[in-house]
Amino acid sequence: MSLLEKLQGKFAADIIETHAFRGDETAVVRPAALKAVAKFLKDSPEMDFNFLMDLTAVDYLFFAGGRVQKECRFEMVYHFFSLKHNHRIRIKVPVDEKNPEVDTLSDLWPGADWYEREVWDMFGIKFRGHPNLKRILMYEEFQGHALRKDYPFNKRQPLIGPVN
Amino acid sequence: MFGPAENFITTKVNDALGWARKFSIFQYPFVTACCGMEYMATNCSHYDQDRFGAGFPRFSPRQSDVLFVVGTISHKMAPVLKMVFDQMCEPKWVVAFGVCTCTGGFYDNYSTVMGIDTIIPVDIYIPGCPPRPENVLDGLIKLQDKIQKGEQSTTLYDPRTKIGRPAELQADYSIERHIKHIESA
Repeated sequence: MSLLEKLQGKFAADIIETHAFRGDETAVVRPAALKAVAKFLKDSPEMDFNFLMDLTAVDYLFFAGGRVQKECRFEMVYHFFSLKHNHRIRIKVPVDEKNPEVDTLSDLWPGADWYEREVWDMFGIKFRGHPNLKRILMYEEFQGHALRKDYPFNKRQPLIGPVN
Repeated sequence: MFGPAENFITTKVNDALGWARKFSIFQYPFVTACCGMEYMATNCSHYDQDRFGAGFPRFSPRQSDVLFVVGTISHKMAPVLKMVFDQMCEPKWVVAFGVCTCTGGFYDNYSTVMGIDTIIPVDIYIPGCPPRPENVLDGLIKLQDKIQKGEQSTTLYDPRTKIGRPAELQADYSIERHIKHIESA
């Protein structure tokens, strides 16, 4: 029984779609269920994903023909790995443009703390319940979020010196 | 009263000062990126910057004569660089080490300063990504000439008028043109 089948058996209503390619298993999860799914992945002995490998976001603004359409402009991507079972899974969560907010995972995996701050800094996605959600790479005076696709590529916001 | 003899003495004193200064460069390495590796290679025994009296890095700006800016400077780092430069005592010189510090290099984005000469006056530009140690030593010898003559750069680069940076380092390139080029292809 694959990981996705186990996950689907437990969260059938909350999983939008799944796919697997050469052992890379991906589940797209509704935002409201993210916390419950993450808790299950971490705590259940058969899953035991004790390592959050990566956490990032994607902006699908100009993604023609993409699955994520205008009502869900962003997508959060989580990569989990189990050191015990040596298996991995990818969880994706669509995020609304009007209210870009998802639950934090920093209480389950402390390593998520800085990753989530980076996603907030670069994409402007908020994390509900994050202990210290402020910019991590850019300075506080920086306006906007640099990796959003509608951030002008030639916009400069220097602290000192000329704009060039 | 003294006339030419006085001038002769001052000139000779300046020559002696310049000679002393150029062979006792205390440098402040402001190392932020990959160019630092090449800087270390230049400073180690194989290339040996100490032959030119510049082998002694001081990690305090107050004790140094030459600010080596080695590696990309981001907008977040720029006020720190300016403060380090302001803390150095006169006479002081600045070396832009690597093409990122000279012009911004291949970066043209939200985070990178397009040449540190927009923030602090630069005496010697050493382009290269990263520059070879020979290239660095060449820049160092050029800097020594400048110190011997008692010259110091005081001007900043103005991106609108294009004044204050060597013409060789002003490539006719912009990302807008690059994107247009891609779209037309």
